[in-house]
Amino acid sequence: MLRALVPGVLAALVRRGEDFDAAEDALQEALLEALRVWPEHPPRDPRAWLATVATRRLIDARRSEAARHRREDAAYAAEPRPAAAAEEGDDTLFLLFCCCHPDLPPASQVALTLRAVGGLTTREIADAFYVPEATMAQRISRAKRALRGRRLDRPGDLAVVLRVLYLVYTAGHAGRVDLAGEAIRLARQLTLATAEPEAHGLLALMLLNHARLPARFDRDGRIVTLDRQDRGRWDTREIAEGVRVLQSALAAERPGRYQVEAAIAALHDDAANADETDWPQILAWYDDLVALTADPVRQDPAAVLGRAVAVGHVLGAAAGLRETDRLREVIGERHRWHAVRGHLHEMAGDRAAAASAYAEAARRATNVAERDHLVRSAARARAGAA
Amino acid sequence: MPKYLLLKHYRGGPEHHRPVPPMDQWAPEDVEAHMAFLFHVTELLQKNGEFVDAQALTQTRTWVRYGGPDAAPVTTDGPLPETSDLVAGWYMIDVDSYERAVELAAYVSSEPGPGGTPLYEWIDVREVMSDVPRTAD
Repeated sequence: MLRALVPGVLAALVRRGEDFDAAEDALQEALLEALRVWPEHPPRDPRAWLATVATRRLIDARRSEAARHRREDAAYAAEPRPAAAAEEGDDTLFLLFCCCHPDLPPASQVALTLRAVGGLTTREIADAFYVPEATMAQRISRAKRALRGRRLDRPGDLAVVLRVLYLVYTAGHAGRVDLAGEAIRLARQLTLATAEPEAHGLLALMLLNHARLPARFDRDGRIVTLDRQDRGRWDTREIAEGVRVLQSALAAERPGRYQVEAAIAALHDDAANADETDWPQILAWYDDLVALTADPVRQDPAAVLGRAVAVGHVLGAAAGLRETDRLREVIGERHRWHAVRGHLHEMAGDRAAAASAYAEAARRATNVAERDHLVRSAARARAGAA
Repeated sequence: MPKYLLLKHYRGGPEHHRPVPPMDQWAPEDVEAHMAFLFHVTELLQKNGEFVDAQALTQTRTWVRYGGPDAAPVTTDGPLPETSDLVAGWYMIDVDSYERAVELAAYVSSEPGPGGTPLYEWIDVREVMSDVPRTAD
């Protein structure tokens, strides 16, 4: 696959001293040319072809710049060297550290990562986020300008890289570009380069969630909640890989939030039907998750909310609802808080309260599919209550 | 070809032709029928080559204004009077004529409500100004 070659070629250009910004532009042009030329004239060594064409573009760009500055260009006419045979994973890691530079805002980190590491075109990235192509082009070039003059040879912040990849994963499964699949591909490359258990935990989390994607929406695009999903449609191969990756991560005995969330996802995936879900075990993992922060209610309310559901299943709906009370002040205006309370009221058999909570959640939803799902849940609960 | 916004409102506009309770209080099958109709409208517009865009807005509204030099922006918080207009979303269409826009708006307004009968919702039809004069008019 063409895009798999991107990190290797780009990293080689940057490592031999090319400016990241110019090298990334040159490679993007080379990719577009490859899409045009390769179908009829497939190269013998695709990677070397890309490196050569990108290098030629760099030289051209410098010549025109040099001409503007009335400088000699001879010094730049370096012969293209074959890309260094560095480890593919190392190249990916190096570039991820560049693109996920902590000085960049998250939207720029995401866009730059998808282009420079993922090899997506600006058009594809723009489509994925439903913004005009010119807007995305500007976002990417501003991000690259911001990186100018920054030292890119030191190891970056892996936690930022993981957060960016997770952002890409969660950004959507709906668009024309499969961002979730792209995030998994990048995370898989990342795990080749680092033994850091959280990187493996993130890959496991993505795989274990992605495995359920085929069952998450019905034919009309309606959300199907976990307890009602047709588990026969889950991707057992992805689950098996996710469990394997997770086990290797947990073996290092350095837990982190991605590993813990992956463990929770694995327990859901492991149940043959909703009734067989091992809620006590899930609750134990949620206890670990909330223990990762000093003040979970404020610092990680999503974890406390997830734990409230588990508490509801293990200790009863009333206990779960009491857990959500602690969050009212922090996320009481968010749709998810109301949706969870609707679910717990429904478990308790209080359909009228469930209907009101779902209606409140629908009023605050920020996503059409979720809003529609919550309106349906409210109507269903009310009809059952009547 | 002129573009029009067909705006749907959470509140505001002329007096309801058919007052109905909020959708979460409808029978579940009526909710399904309503949502299926709206989905069908988008598909129809796409098939006709008249679709430009469709978006839904959340119900949260904040009014913001410049606070003056060295001051934070001024925002309204707290409930606004229930009478103020609140847009819920829109279809943007690219059609041959104003008459076609009105026809499509009326079709949107025939969306099924409680009992599966038309909702008669008021649709706000607004023409989008074009950037440049048409070459021949």
